[in-house]
Amino acid sequence: MNGVHDMGGMHGMGPVVHEKDEPVFHEEWEGRVYALTRLVRAGGGRWNIDAGRYEIERIAPAEYLRMSYYERWAWRLPIQAIKIGLVTQAEVESGSPAPGSAKATPQLTAASVPAMVATRVSTKRDVDVKATFKRGQRVRARNMHPTGHTRLPRYARGKVGAVAEDRGVFVFPDTNAEFLGEKPQHLYSVRFTARELWGDRASPRDSVYLDLWDDYLERV
Amino acid sequence: MANDTKRPVGRRGFLKDAAATAAAFVAEPSAAHGHAHHDHDHDHQHQAVPSDVALRVKALESLLVEKGLVDRAALDAVVDSYETKIGPRNGARVVARAWVDAAYKKRLLADPTAAIAELGYSGGQGEDMVVLENSPKTHNLVVCTLCSCYPWPVLGLPPVWYKSAPYRSRAVIDPRGVLREFGLDLPEGVEVRVWDSTAEVRYLVLPERPAGTDHLSEEALAALVTRDSMIGVTKVLPPQAGGRA
Repeated sequence: MNGVHDMGGMHGMGPVVHEKDEPVFHEEWEGRVYALTRLVRAGGGRWNIDAGRYEIERIAPAEYLRMSYYERWAWRLPIQAIKIGLVTQAEVESGSPAPGSAKATPQLTAASVPAMVATRVSTKRDVDVKATFKRGQRVRARNMHPTGHTRLPRYARGKVGAVAEDRGVFVFPDTNAEFLGEKPQHLYSVRFTARELWGDRASPRDSVYLDLWDDYLERV
Repeated sequence: MANDTKRPVGRRGFLKDAAATAAAFVAEPSAAHGHAHHDHDHDHQHQAVPSDVALRVKALESLLVEKGLVDRAALDAVVDSYETKIGPRNGARVVARAWVDAAYKKRLLADPTAAIAELGYSGGQGEDMVVLENSPKTHNLVVCTLCSCYPWPVLGLPPVWYKSAPYRSRAVIDPRGVLREFGLDLPEGVEVRVWDSTAEVRYLVLPERPAGTDHLSEEALAALVTRDSMIGVTKVLPPQAGGRA
């Protein structure tokens, strides 16, 4: 979707504010919402990383910009918990478990957390899928504007770059975000010159590399 | 936020707002697809800003704990992991090892995920790593314009500026201007490569080893390596120049 989250190349956002000796979490609730989100996800169910990002992208633009990063996570958490089926809307409303509901036993304990945070959950897939493009080949990022989730930023659409690397076969976010299948396909590191993206005022030496899936690219 | 903390709304009120939000999304998925949606739903999305986010999170935590879905000690352990264990000191050890051990550096560039795991670092948001080597001719800079992608096992959770609109919007269109704000004014002759983390590949910059550090131990070198240098917004400074700080 052409959302406000797709910020690459926008103007007017101001200077980068760097905080010296920044804490990992500025407030206690930030750590709680982070940890709750990790544990809720680790419990399994109908959820994946792309669906998670898609929820954040659907926050209304003005709110998205106003919210802090973890406020967005706090927004998503009840939506996520309801969609996974952990809690009902009525329970979130009342703040209490439904009368007569059975009490579960937590899947993850403090002792299992070190293993959980060290576990790799790669979206790389060991399947035999043909690569459409080769290293060194010129490619154009498609001029596409899907209304759902996508990882092809607007600033690259329609631009021509060159395949710098074939990263292998990965889950395709656009379908995965809506549970329409993983549609695994080749992911490429594509180099775009700064001038191709931003015009003649950009440095002739500089470039931007994006990781783009087969479905985002077309032959030049 | 601060203005709203004294609003006389109880826990139920907060939860109701949150639930209305969730329900609006759940019941109206078409709104998510950019199709025409009703003003009513649109208003919900705007109203759903939590008036006290801390209370809202606390209430949801209590509910999940009461239902036996989440263990409070496990939550504490997750927070503690990222506050005290999984942070940029991990990445600094990787960088220092690469500086002193040519064979390790070779492995790090050829198979970054495995080489990083050799030092005991792996996990979520570091599944498929790529290491970018800075040199006098090439400077690498990492961003995620679409969200906040960042290599957690080696750098921990990202700082606020990395996730902010100014950095995400400008790093790709004005990398040299952003670098100047971090105090790094690169000559025109240096090639700047910006890496937008649009997929699940995660990037770690291998900064240049500063001059005059031949005598330093691996541990002393690691102490010089900053988080920002491994994102690519600064260089690693030699100790006499106030490196690390």
